[in-house]
Amino acid sequence: MKRLRFLWPLALFLGVVVLLFAGLGLNPREVPSPLIGKPAPAFALPKLHAPEQTIRRDDLLGKVWMLNVWASWCAPCQEEHPLVLDIAKRNLVAVYGLNYKDQGDAARRWLARLGDPYVATLVDADGRIGIDYGVYGVPETFIIDRQGQIRFKHTGPLTPDVLRTRIEPLLKELQGAG
Amino acid sequence: MRVDRRLVAWLLPLGVALLLALLAASHSAAREAAPASADPALEARVQRVASELRCLVCQNETIAASNAELAVDLRNQVREMLRAGQSEREVFDYMTDRYGDFVLYRPPLNNATLALWFGPFVLLVLGLLSLWWMLRRRNRLPPDRFEADENP
Repeated sequence: MKRLRFLWPLALFLGVVVLLFAGLGLNPREVPSPLIGKPAPAFALPKLHAPEQTIRRDDLLGKVWMLNVWASWCAPCQEEHPLVLDIAKRNLVAVYGLNYKDQGDAARRWLARLGDPYVATLVDADGRIGIDYGVYGVPETFIIDRQGQIRFKHTGPLTPDVLRTRIEPLLKELQGAG
Repeated sequence: MRVDRRLVAWLLPLGVALLLALLAASHSAAREAAPASADPALEARVQRVASELRCLVCQNETIAASNAELAVDLRNQVREMLRAGQSEREVFDYMTDRYGDFVLYRPPLNNATLALWFGPFVLLVLGLLSLWWMLRRRNRLPPDRFEADENP
C-alpha cells in the first residue's frame, strides 16, 4: 500500500477531471422551472387574428393543450417551426401560440409565410404573461393538462428528439387518462 | 503546544491575502447605470433588489446591470411592485415563483445547497490540516535529508 502512495495525487486529479467533465455536459441555460406541477398562470389575451376576441386560461380547462411561445423576431422559432407544424398536422395536441413582445403585422406575415399550426395565437405584446410563465428565451413550449396544470416545459427550439422521447409519451399519458 | 514559526510564516501571508480579498470585495460593489426617476429613495430600493436577481438571458449579470430586454421588463416589474407598497420579500418570492431559486444571487440554505454554502470552508480546513501535517512531518526529518545551505 505504501508503495502506491505516489499515485494519490493522480487519483485526486482524475477525480477532479471526472467532476469537471460532468459539469461541462450540463446545460447552464436549462433552468429547472418551478412551474412544473403548478397551475398554469391565468391570462386573458386577445387573438392575433381577431383582436376583439379574448381567450382566457379557464376556457382551455378540460383539455390537454400545448403553449408555444414565439415571436417573428426570433430566429430559433423559425428553426423549430416545421416541428410545430408537424405536431399540428398529426393532431397530437391542440397547439396555442403565444406571440411574445411582437408587432401584430410582423407576426401575421410570419405565420402567412411559414404556415400557421396554431388553433389560436394569443398576443402578449408587453411580455407580462411571458413573465408569469417564467419565459426568458423564446421559443419556449409548455404542456398543460386537463386540470390546467403545467406538466412540461422546454426552453429553446424543439428538436425531433425532445418531441419523440419527452413530448409524445407525456401526451399519450395525459390524453389516455380520462 | 509550541507555536511553529515556519507554520506562522506560511499562515501569515495566507491571512493577509484573505483579508485583502475581503476588503476588495466590499469595495467593488458593482456600479450600475441608474435610471433617472422622480423618487431617488424608490430607485435606490429598486437597484438594491435588482442587483440581487440574476438576469436569465445573460446569466452572469444581475437584472440591475443587464440591458437585455427581459432585464428591463423585470426591473420595471420590481419598481412597480415596490411602488405599490409590496415588501422586498414579496418581490423575491414573485421572482422565484416564476424562475426558481436560480434567479437569486444569494441562494437559500437548504439540502440542495449545503455543499455550496459549506463546501469552501470544509476545503479550507482540509487544506490547512494537510499543510500543518506536511510541515510537521518535514520538521521531524533528520537534517541530512535537506540540502546544505550555500552560505553556512
